[in-house]
Amino acid sequence: MIAENVAFGIIAAAMALGALGVVRTKNVVHAALYLVVVLAGGAAQFILLGQEFVAWVQVLVYIGAVIVLFLFGIMLTRAPMHPKDSLDNDLRWPAAVTALFLVGILVGLLVHTFHADKIHLNGPVRTADITNDIFTTYIIPFEVVGVLLLGALIGAVVLARKD
Amino acid sequence: MIGIEVGWGTTLAIKTAVVLGIVPLTALILGYVFLLKMMSHMQSRLGPMDPGGFHGWYQLIGDGIKFLQKEDIMPGEADRRVFALAPAIVVLSTFLVFVVIPAGPRIRVASLDSVKMFDGVGVFYALAVSSLSVIGVLMAGWASSNKYALLGALRAAAQLIAYELPLVLAVVGVVIQAGTMSLQGIVNFQQTGSLFGWSGIGFPLILTQFVGFALFMVAAQAELTQPPFDMPVAESELVAGYMVEYTGFRFLFFFIGEFGTAFAFAALAATLFLGGWSVPWVHGTAADFLGPLVLFAKVMFVAFLMFWARFTYPRFREDQLQAIAWKWLIPIALANILLTGVLKVAF
Repeated sequence: MIAENVAFGIIAAAMALGALGVVRTKNVVHAALYLVVVLAGGAAQFILLGQEFVAWVQVLVYIGAVIVLFLFGIMLTRAPMHPKDSLDNDLRWPAAVTALFLVGILVGLLVHTFHADKIHLNGPVRTADITNDIFTTYIIPFEVVGVLLLGALIGAVVLARKD
Repeated sequence: MIGIEVGWGTTLAIKTAVVLGIVPLTALILGYVFLLKMMSHMQSRLGPMDPGGFHGWYQLIGDGIKFLQKEDIMPGEADRRVFALAPAIVVLSTFLVFVVIPAGPRIRVASLDSVKMFDGVGVFYALAVSSLSVIGVLMAGWASSNKYALLGALRAAAQLIAYELPLVLAVVGVVIQAGTMSLQGIVNFQQTGSLFGWSGIGFPLILTQFVGFALFMVAAQAELTQPPFDMPVAESELVAGYMVEYTGFRFLFFFIGEFGTAFAFAALAATLFLGGWSVPWVHGTAADFLGPLVLFAKVMFVAFLMFWARFTYPRFREDQLQAIAWKWLIPIALANILLTGVLKVAF
């Protein structure tokens, strides 16, 4: 398990640096590109957990589509070439306090829920197992998400129509 | 396979060298055979047929030398790091697709494309990493600090997102029928299958998934931003779109990315619909030697179809492009999935 732990550490550090880049840069396009690093790190962590299918879904959906839509939206509206100071503000201390508070809640919740449980990995998880879970145990949340997306889609069409 | 024991470091180095060598080579082969020769014959272009005597064999070498000696120019207002990184991401996406395509019973990436228990995710992986090139294109267009480049990048993003859906959906029919997402598993299915009990040519999935094949080819053409879907580069209106500020070696990267991806998509189409490396009556070690050649022949055939369309049809309008994807290709692909699923359960 040593190699997995080392890999986890390296990827987690890269993700943390990427996340810092997202909030620290004054160029909104750079922020979107830093987010690619974070999401790619997430995909890599899924692979460490043996979840190949979820990892490539992460790549296809988040990096290949969501980030592209972010960049598309930014470039369609302003596409600023140079850093803007208005992207920063003076609320660093309140932000730091909020962030610490959030970390505390998350750590507390995770420790409270999982204690010292360990995940036992037996190689890659089969895609068929994931689909079996989705279409049996989690069928109702899955359908609810489907209806939610349909609602969002219809809402977008209604908002975008001119008449 | 031959019995030489090598450490994993050596194996990794050999594999890396092979991939680094093969991808630019495939791009050059397609560029030479189709772009320079076939296009010249079809469109009566005399230039590329001239240098070096027989059919202008010297043209590609001359082009290569020209690219290498060009000055590396970067616009003064450009975002330097993003500008430099963009072509690398486009080429990286191409390289990653190549990794997973099986070329023989044992010439494949077993860990990523496992056939055991049908748990490999090969084809899904290929489609996922092929979508990374959009990021490189957007980065190139934005970092160039140029209106034409930005417009080209925006057109590319809109087009690649629209055509990624039919591309993925076209493959689902194949996955349903073969019962696996592993590319090697799909090839095995086609090699060992039989047509009404006759196993002479195996069971190439193009026979039942012809609709999927047609959708895949159209969507791949659009993903490659080749004519008639070349609005992002549209040389007569946007100069060359997102590539306009790139020169020399960096431009060569985009070139390798374009033709390497064309080869990779042709290889995916050949693997998914035409049986990949397989020849029905060749098994074992013989297939390991014959497989890459068979695959190459099939890829060249599929690439021929792609480039034939490229050199024949004029460019679509932007609204026509979006209408084709959303109003035609995606509904047809969904109907194909439904029909395939029903028939799979029925038989």
